[in-house]
Amino acid sequence: MPKIKKSAGETSFDIFNILLMFIICFITLYPIWYVLIQSLNEGFDAAQGGIYWLPRKFTMDNYKEVFRNNDIIKAFVVSLFRTLIGTVFHVSFTAMVAYAFLKRELMGRKIYMSMGIVTMFFSGGLIPTFIVIKTLGLFDHFLVYVFPVMFSFFDLLIFQAFFRTIPEALEESAKMDGANHFMIFLKIIMPVSKAVVATIILFNGVFNWNDYFMGIIYINNSDLHPIQTYLYKMIVTSESSKTSLLAGGFSQSKFTSTSLQMATMIVTTVPIICVYPFLQKHFVKGMLLGSVKE
Amino acid sequence: MSDVNASTNVELISKASRKKSFLARFGAQKDLQLMAIPGAVWMVIFNFIPMYFIIICFMRYNVAKGILRSKWIGLDNFKEFFTDSRFWLVIWDTFGLNLIRLLVEFPLPIIFAVLINELISLRYKKVVQTVTYLPHFLSWIIVGGVMYNWLSDSGFMTEMLVKLGVLAEPIYLIGTPKYFWGILITSEIWKELGWNSIIYIAAISSIDPNLYEAATIDGAGRFKKIWHITLPSIKGTIAVLLILNIGNLMGSNFEQLFVFYKPVLYDVIDVIDIYAYRMGIENGRLSYATAIGLFRSVFALILLYTANKASKKLTGTSLV
Repeated sequence: MPKIKKSAGETSFDIFNILLMFIICFITLYPIWYVLIQSLNEGFDAAQGGIYWLPRKFTMDNYKEVFRNNDIIKAFVVSLFRTLIGTVFHVSFTAMVAYAFLKRELMGRKIYMSMGIVTMFFSGGLIPTFIVIKTLGLFDHFLVYVFPVMFSFFDLLIFQAFFRTIPEALEESAKMDGANHFMIFLKIIMPVSKAVVATIILFNGVFNWNDYFMGIIYINNSDLHPIQTYLYKMIVTSESSKTSLLAGGFSQSKFTSTSLQMATMIVTTVPIICVYPFLQKHFVKGMLLGSVKE
Repeated sequence: MSDVNASTNVELISKASRKKSFLARFGAQKDLQLMAIPGAVWMVIFNFIPMYFIIICFMRYNVAKGILRSKWIGLDNFKEFFTDSRFWLVIWDTFGLNLIRLLVEFPLPIIFAVLINELISLRYKKVVQTVTYLPHFLSWIIVGGVMYNWLSDSGFMTEMLVKLGVLAEPIYLIGTPKYFWGILITSEIWKELGWNSIIYIAAISSIDPNLYEAATIDGAGRFKKIWHITLPSIKGTIAVLLILNIGNLMGSNFEQLFVFYKPVLYDVIDVIDIYAYRMGIENGRLSYATAIGLFRSVFALILLYTANKASKKLTGTSLV
């Protein structure tokens, strides 16, 4: 690029822009940093206020307490299982259906695809869906985290956009060898579709991990509440009653309900931060695929 | 090219096979159908049966009696909703909040994308993008947790606002109805500004660089280039997203609202979705809540259709 002389106005715009972006980044990161330092500080000391940049009385006690608390551990296990199982089911099922719906020789293909398109524009809504899930016996059952979110037509379109780019010759040779469609899908299509599969796994995984509302609306049994729902109850109840959530038995000298909450928030966020670099690699691609699908 | 070949091939095949009976043809592709039918069955169970259950909005639905023996009451649920003492409040909360969201939150990502694009250092650009996309992946519970903490009467934000003289004395900001919409919009901007700008950044990066070079030779400055090249080039993207946003004027960011949902805020939080939740799930009035939900879906479809038509006329861009 040839250097072109800049006017004074443009130079000051550049400086302004760099500063503005710096401030935006700071505002974006500071709340996360704030939670981190609070979680690493003794609870009662933190309640005095005045901790803005670094912990004043550093301690790991909040985290130790989080990992000693059976309810929190249980909620983490639920989150882990629902995320693993939910995502595996969602991705394999949606990809399989996407492959089948793409085949021109599929009888009833038009009907299948039109059904999907209708679901993108119209839905039964909250209550009718609730009634159906209750009727199916999924209410208060772990599988409510799996079956109702096993398929998404939008993700199907993203899969199809990718599958279309796979040369047909690849399949033809397998067909000659007498492989059926399921084997072709499993042995040929899936291995070459790693990029799109990774994208959907990451997005669906984050969705499953972050969701708290299904736990509230479909699950009464608190043993089956994921960590996000647990945090919801923690935040809302500690706000409404202003009392410590801690059941007796532990000395309360080091932490408060707030400091414990901060530590739980960090532990809940760590998995997201860990997959974020991979997410970032994929999402622009995924978004673009999604936007050209039409 | 290969598409054309493939489709003629398929036509030949299908012509030949048309002589065979339906069942024989079906049997020949049962492996494929076994992969497709589960998808259709899923859609029937989780999409279409719920749609069928919408008819309970014309009934006094009783869970014990079921759909077949519940009493039909015609449009009574709708009449009740339209004369509900909270009807206008719900409409105002839904449209008012969404209009402000549209006015404030729609232009910001466009401006942000343009500004990012103007950054000279590629590495800095990358850092800013990485940082600002991150909050999108945090759950609303985490964000809500920070806000409950910061906006309480002894919270960080309250303290800062008192120090800056914006607030006379510490108050419980998060439970004060008159500040609630401002809090909602600010937190949504914090979470989604970067993410919502991605699509514009992608659109900007696909602009032909020759256009800028030609403009530079013609003596156009930075601002002229933004105004005459960047913005016109992403006009289509802006139009499509505007249509989608207008189509969503009846909607809400339920996951966000629900974190703050409590009686003291009912008057400012009661958008259609939240009100339907309270009526249906909390008060157990399934038929009434379904009627409210149907009103919302039909209205939303009309909005989307109208916005799409208008956009086609004005900018030549539309969804379908």
